Amino acid sequence: MQHGKYRFIAGFLVVPLAIYLMFVVWPFIQSIYYSFTDWTGLSPEFSFVGLANYQKMLGDSDFWDALSHSLLFLALLPVITIGFALFLAFMINVGGRKRKGAAVSGVRGSSTYKIVYFFPQVLSIAIVALLFQFVYNPRNGALNAGLEGVGLGSWKPNWLGDPDLALWCVMFVLFWCTVGFFVVLFSAGMSSIPNDIYEAALLDGASRFTTFFRITLPLLWDTVQSGWIYMGILALGPEAFAVVQIMTVGPGGPANATTVLPLEVYTTAFSDAQAAYATTIGVALLIVTLTFAAIVLKLGRRERLEY
Amino acid sequence: MKTTDQPLPSAGPDPTRPAVTKDDAPRPAPEQPKKEGTTLNVFSHGVLVLWGFMVAMPLLWAVMTSFKTDREIFTSPWALPTELHFENWSRAWNQANMSDYFGNTVVVVGCSLVGTMLLGSMTAYVLARFEFPGQRFLYFLFIGGMSFPIILALVPLFYVMNNMGLLNTRHGLILSYIAYSLPFTVFFLTAFFRTLPTSVAEAAMIDGASHARTFFQVMLPMAKPGLVSVGIFNFLGQWNQYMLPTVLNTDPDKQVLSQGLVQLAVSQGYKGDWSALFAGLVMAMLPVLAAYIVFQRQVVSGLTAGALK
Repeated sequence: MQHGKYRFIAGFLVVPLAIYLMFVVWPFIQSIYYSFTDWTGLSPEFSFVGLANYQKMLGDSDFWDALSHSLLFLALLPVITIGFALFLAFMINVGGRKRKGAAVSGVRGSSTYKIVYFFPQVLSIAIVALLFQFVYNPRNGALNAGLEGVGLGSWKPNWLGDPDLALWCVMFVLFWCTVGFFVVLFSAGMSSIPNDIYEAALLDGASRFTTFFRITLPLLWDTVQSGWIYMGILALGPEAFAVVQIMTVGPGGPANATTVLPLEVYTTAFSDAQAAYATTIGVALLIVTLTFAAIVLKLGRRERLEY
Repeated sequence: MKTTDQPLPSAGPDPTRPAVTKDDAPRPAPEQPKKEGTTLNVFSHGVLVLWGFMVAMPLLWAVMTSFKTDREIFTSPWALPTELHFENWSRAWNQANMSDYFGNTVVVVGCSLVGTMLLGSMTAYVLARFEFPGQRFLYFLFIGGMSFPIILALVPLFYVMNNMGLLNTRHGLILSYIAYSLPFTVFFLTAFFRTLPTSVAEAAMIDGASHARTFFQVMLPMAKPGLVSVGIFNFLGQWNQYMLPTVLNTDPDKQVLSQGLVQLAVSQGYKGDWSALFAGLVMAMLPVLAAYIVFQRQVVSGLTAGALK
């Protein structure tokens, strides 16, 4: 019996573990090791150079541009997206007039709103980015044509081509495609808050403003916190890479105005053939990601409310 | 079987409390007496409708544009097409390689999804149900993959796959999809298998079923709700994957949908053919949007349960 058990365990684990070790764990360990070498990726020979790559990184203005944009994404995207999604979710679920004797109720058509808002979430980020590239097109894109239509034809920005605007345009795309996900997520959380809590608050004369900050938000805190981490990782991860790589010139331009850390890793490794240096920037990205998660978990720690 | 504990970290709306969300029967609105909060109601409705437009407009605009001629796209981006140019769609499908991209995506995602679900549930089952030396270590090894920035591992992965002759092959792509889907799948399904009652599995064992047979004939069918949730999450993630194919698969014949479309958009040859590009774009969007509308509830609960717990 015992023998059979171990044979069974080994039989079930050997294939998944082999795939996982070979394609995820081993490359990951290698990348940290490579960051201390001068490997180009083109030839198998390389030597150990200690911290030289890290020194180079600290003096590399492209790295600092990418880092500052990634940090901006990290600071703004979760706040704006989650804040706006909370607002919409509250309106959808609690914002309605009093009907049917319920203390709080959703607005009419709440489920339709949720269905529509969620649309972008099921689309590929690459397709979304491509679509918005057309929307932002300065000559015949939807946005500038729309501006002309409402009489603002004289002010037709060169959206993605303007170094001052491009980063915000890119950020808006990430905002656009994730808000709906959080609306649905928070709606689910809000609908599981017992109605009598709202009734009690209303009897005490609480306004909707107070209701939101004193009841809904505290009871939803766990969801908000995990959403925060999810959004932060998205702002540093493949999604941010895809929108910048697809939508911007260069990519990362104009004039390095939109480059982000994952894009910097990609171009350094595959266009500039500096594989070792790319992994060094990747390590910086890892540090930023882990620090962010640690800070959110630390700040977010509060007593869990049971209901 | 008791149903006291919620097996799934499901985020779907709780059907037992309909009063909070559930009311969208279109009734003739009676003239309401003026009440406090009316301005706020107007405002909140305004914001909700406005955001609905912001979400729907780009998509509708793309559908509309896909039926126009290049000239119409260029001169009047917002006008309705004068006639529906379905030939854009056939041109995109036949000449702009959309049929190849679709075929590649179906093959790659189909195999990856089956592989991910099979290997993921096997791993999760063993980790959830058996005690053996190194079990906790393996669990954390798998879970740890969720917090790594993938791009960091992609640089050496490219060279690992190059050495193994897996670059620019469909099976190489499938293996990498499976590998990068495992952390979340194992995490989610381990939690799920722990919530399933042990009595049924024990009964099967007493009746003489082997471990493997118990797993495939008893435990897997019982785990169906969890498998569906994580399966939808993995399906959408793998269907929409962009970064892995961009790095690991540069052969034009083997490109998947999202990657192929981006290639089409940047390649000089198709710069002029906007209408076909829009048709291709809409073609790529429609299947997932249609599937989402039909399986709305499952997709939402799969994705929300998937992404956050």
